[in-house]
Amino acid sequence: MNRIEQSFRALKDQDRKAFIPYIMAGDGGLNVLAERLITLEKFGATLIEVGVPFSDPVADGPTIQQAGIRALQNGTTLRKIIAELTKASEVVSIPIVLMTYLNPVYSYGISTFVQDIANAGVDGCIIPDLPIEEEDLLAKELQDMGIELIRLVTLTSPKERIKEISSRGRGFLYTVTVKGITGTRNEFDQEVVEFFKKVKEVSPIPVVAGFGISNEKQINELVPHCDGVIVGSKIVDLLHKNDLNGLESFMSVLKPEKNLR
Amino acid sequence: MKSYILPNEKGQFGIYGGRFVPETLMKAVLELDEAYQIAKEDPSFQAEIDGYLTEYVGRETPLYYAKNLTKYAGGAQIYLKREDLNHTGAHKINNAIGQALLAVRMGKRKIVAETGAGQHGVATATVCALLNLECIIFMGEEDIKRQALNVFRMELLGAKVVSVTSGSSTLKDAVNEALRYWVEHVEDTHYLLGSVMGPHPFPVMVRDFQSVIGKETKKQFFAQEGKLPEAVVACIGGGSNAIGMFHSFIEDKKVNLYGVEAAGQGTETDFHAASLTKGKPGVLHGALMYLLQDEDGQIIEAHSVSAGLDYPGVGPEHCYLKDSGRAQYHSITDKEALDAFQLLSKLEGIIPALESAHAISFAVKLAAKMKETEHIVVCLSGRGDKDVTAVKERLERESHNE
Repeated sequence: MNRIEQSFRALKDQDRKAFIPYIMAGDGGLNVLAERLITLEKFGATLIEVGVPFSDPVADGPTIQQAGIRALQNGTTLRKIIAELTKASEVVSIPIVLMTYLNPVYSYGISTFVQDIANAGVDGCIIPDLPIEEEDLLAKELQDMGIELIRLVTLTSPKERIKEISSRGRGFLYTVTVKGITGTRNEFDQEVVEFFKKVKEVSPIPVVAGFGISNEKQINELVPHCDGVIVGSKIVDLLHKNDLNGLESFMSVLKPEKNLR
Repeated sequence: MKSYILPNEKGQFGIYGGRFVPETLMKAVLELDEAYQIAKEDPSFQAEIDGYLTEYVGRETPLYYAKNLTKYAGGAQIYLKREDLNHTGAHKINNAIGQALLAVRMGKRKIVAETGAGQHGVATATVCALLNLECIIFMGEEDIKRQALNVFRMELLGAKVVSVTSGSSTLKDAVNEALRYWVEHVEDTHYLLGSVMGPHPFPVMVRDFQSVIGKETKKQFFAQEGKLPEAVVACIGGGSNAIGMFHSFIEDKKVNLYGVEAAGQGTETDFHAASLTKGKPGVLHGALMYLLQDEDGQIIEAHSVSAGLDYPGVGPEHCYLKDSGRAQYHSITDKEALDAFQLLSKLEGIIPALESAHAISFAVKLAAKMKETEHIVVCLSGRGDKDVTAVKERLERESHNE
């Protein structure tokens, strides 16, 4: 059992849900990456999604686009991120999932990439522009190194397809809650609840909601229907403002003591 | 028997192409593939397209013997395939008609598109006006400045033009925004992609719609000369007019195929758009293709005097044709294209689009190296009215600096 599975197993035993923050590596400088990972672990993250900046992030909204531009302007590269994560793996104990568009990986060289992230202690990989039709490009190499390919399903994925996609993974199923790109939104429609019922019904692995999640109300609405949430733009924004108090308070939403109150 | 049957069912031309899109778009992309497969086999669909191409677009376009240009070049005989004479002034409408009719068959009445020079945007807006479809066009802020007249045209035709300010504010960024918009509106909107790029089935579908260029050329050339030309030449941004011209000749191995990329300020500088000459394989906008990128896989902005050619990638089929050696790819600088723009205007009374001027410039050089008994057909993909202001300003600036 890999560390991602272990984390979800442990949460389940405690009847808790996952909180997965996304951060853009290199936003604010790569030298703060390890420190931020430690902070997020301390604030209760189940695992952390580490974004790799890309010049053309078609699945991302303005907040993450801007963070990516800042990171690239800082001279952030995939190579440097992997080097930082290698160092950070000694001080961070929760799983790390790398989120990257395909081209930086393709350019790095797939075998070298898989080898290097395995050495850096990365537990999983999310590649938003790699649908299952194309995953032969690296799925097997990742699997051989014990790295989970985290796959996405969306509101537009038909039920049979969701079944197929979820059956391929062992980590968790990244379930996109909106028809659209990343970014903050105020409300979810009823369609989303129906969608989660459908996904939960067929998925053998934990179902985690992502995209457009930015406040406590939304999280409380969503968690009864899924196994956890991924929060990106909101976290990126709080970190950019260096609002650590705001971050801690926001991340406490799913903590058991909070639920008891 | 046909020996060239690419792409395969995954949309691959060798290693190139494919469907590298977010999961949100997979359903739409698969549905489009299915709908296109069915439509393609339906004679009434082709008849509908042919009807519009004849009566609305004004096909077939002439194959014109450019006597004065031939004399100037001093070698092979040069013919021009006059795609500039299509309604809206470029080859782009061949594809726009086909895709819009397909969208209607699929029950989608909203269209989103990207545009660089504005020619595809104008063609899309035109077809949407004709078929009463809602139309939204994404265009880079930089291109909006360079092509103000085309922006007004699109608006006149009832389209909404959205200015894109992210990235380099050119064609690549307009594609990013159009893709993001499509992700959010995928259920009722068709993305009318303007070139032989993007996820499968776009590269093959756009090729099929554009292949009317080469089909007509082959027939017309044979009627005039009783043989096949020795060479065909076309400019390449994404590569739709070139594939449209090449496709009918791919199995005629004696016909040399030449694609001409934009060398901008020179391929030895950082300011060019020569993806095939200087790029390396990578993934952008749904396809594996040659890409201008840095050593870390970040996409590099392309540069060309012509807004229609400054795209950092190139259609996957061209990548395959390059690797297999079936087609050759060269590049022409901004300066050479501007010279050809003026040359064709003066010699033949035809003002070419700056994009097409790249093909003209290369053809003149090529002709000089060939025999008088040999023939070249150049795809004159568009007319130059849209570029007149920009060229005027540039020439005035240059003469001022001298």
